[in-house]
Amino acid sequence: MSIKDAVHNAYSKWMEGTGPDRDVVISSRVRLARNLNNYPFPHFMTKDQAAEVIHAVRTAVSQKEVAEQTGRLEFIDLSELTPIERQILVEKHVVSPQHVSDPANRALVLADDESVSIMVNEEDHLRIQCLLPGFQPEETWHLANRIDDLIEKTLDYSFCEKRGYLTSCPTNVGTGLRVSVMLHLPCLVMTKQVGKIINAMSQVGLAVRGYYGEGTEAYGNLFQVSNQVTMGQTEEEIVKNLLAVTKQIIAQERTARENILKNNRHTLEDRVYRAFGTMSYARMISSGEALNNISNLRLGIELGILNNLTYNQINELIVLTRPAFLMKKAGRSLDPEERDSLRAEVIREKLLKAKAN
Amino acid sequence: MLCEKCQKKQASVHVTKIVNGEKTETNLCETCAQGENAVGFGFEPQWMLQNIFADLFNQPLAGGQPVTVSRGEQVRCERCGFTESQFSKIGKLGCAGCYDIFETKLDPVLRRVHGNSRHTGKIPKRTGGLIVIKKEILDLKEKLQTAIKKEEYEKAAEIRDQIRGLEKKLE
Repeated sequence: MSIKDAVHNAYSKWMEGTGPDRDVVISSRVRLARNLNNYPFPHFMTKDQAAEVIHAVRTAVSQKEVAEQTGRLEFIDLSELTPIERQILVEKHVVSPQHVSDPANRALVLADDESVSIMVNEEDHLRIQCLLPGFQPEETWHLANRIDDLIEKTLDYSFCEKRGYLTSCPTNVGTGLRVSVMLHLPCLVMTKQVGKIINAMSQVGLAVRGYYGEGTEAYGNLFQVSNQVTMGQTEEEIVKNLLAVTKQIIAQERTARENILKNNRHTLEDRVYRAFGTMSYARMISSGEALNNISNLRLGIELGILNNLTYNQINELIVLTRPAFLMKKAGRSLDPEERDSLRAEVIREKLLKAKAN
Repeated sequence: MLCEKCQKKQASVHVTKIVNGEKTETNLCETCAQGENAVGFGFEPQWMLQNIFADLFNQPLAGGQPVTVSRGEQVRCERCGFTESQFSKIGKLGCAGCYDIFETKLDPVLRRVHGNSRHTGKIPKRTGGLIVIKKEILDLKEKLQTAIKKEEYEKAAEIRDQIRGLEKKLE
């Protein structure tokens, strides 16, 4: 599958809906920031220097050993993609919004199953990203680490004994490591415990933010937990810290679910089936409403209320209902109202198929 | 409800703005809301941490001494020409060399952000060659101390020999 194909379908490894603790954890991600010695950081490079960096990275990732770790890799200049195609890659969580905001002199390396992507000339020369389904931050880190080792065989990184891997922004310096997990926390939101958790996380060097939307008003009850500190701890310590803390959040979410199910089963079932009804019949759905209903459907699967839907279908719905994906489907740009009605159509089709199964 | 701005279309976006603690609420249609830049439709990069970071850089250093930038004689990186005021503005550095040039100013800021200003993690295998050995020696020296404390002298002697071997490599 090529990158041009990747922007046409809603498949990405993380969306498979497999992996440990998938009733709460959607995906685990690791990102390593690396820079080449002898070049200024990307925002301060000339066009020629940027082209040289792209060339150097391209050569480094073409080694046979790299593909053995990642599967077939494809290399593409961001300017070869249309703005909508670039946005789709953001909606699939494959690249950062910053990377596509200014596509000139930037490139992307993407593995076939999209579990590995390398952004070239984003904020740093290389941003190696690994993204796996479910709760597996350690496995994700090991994968990123192996790829990093292979690339380092041929590229000279900016590294200093005292400060570690030097990055364009000092918030990433040291390990250059950002590890994160995406969590679905509907019952901690319902019981108004999320605010407390966000505060507690900041005390242990972690940040929690809504994946769509801000703060505790996250659409779809999707939250991302990530490390803030990148220096003074080893990579293993950072990953273990996040792992331990996330385990507690998972346990709390499960407890909240059990309690609500025990005491308010009808309310919860009503919520799930209402979402199913709305999604099956609505003619216009905004992006926020879709995300919130998708969350309720997911909760329905998680609690065994809905049996004819899968995690994979739910993850697909999240991506398929984002604005750029809808525009790609329509083949033209859409105003918000047109988008809402196409979104409703896409959802209806998906659910109809699910019901038929 | 009609949009409070154009008074034509149905209001479907509720905008809450908090500016300097003052809360204002308006109901707009999607078109006006987009024009107002009130709603993120997912196309703009999100608010970034480095903005706070740039602010931190301008804070007085611990000890209450305010940071003064004297005009005309700005510190400038010899390697890439990046200046201190550019850093204060965008919160990013120009090149690896900037970490040396701005070291004294960066140190307290790194401590504030990371609680630490020294890297203890991974070292690149090829380019970090000597550093890897130095780190190994440090780790072994720690092990040596533990072994001595536990009075495991045979083990300590083994570790001592390993350290000597590595130190030879460094020469």
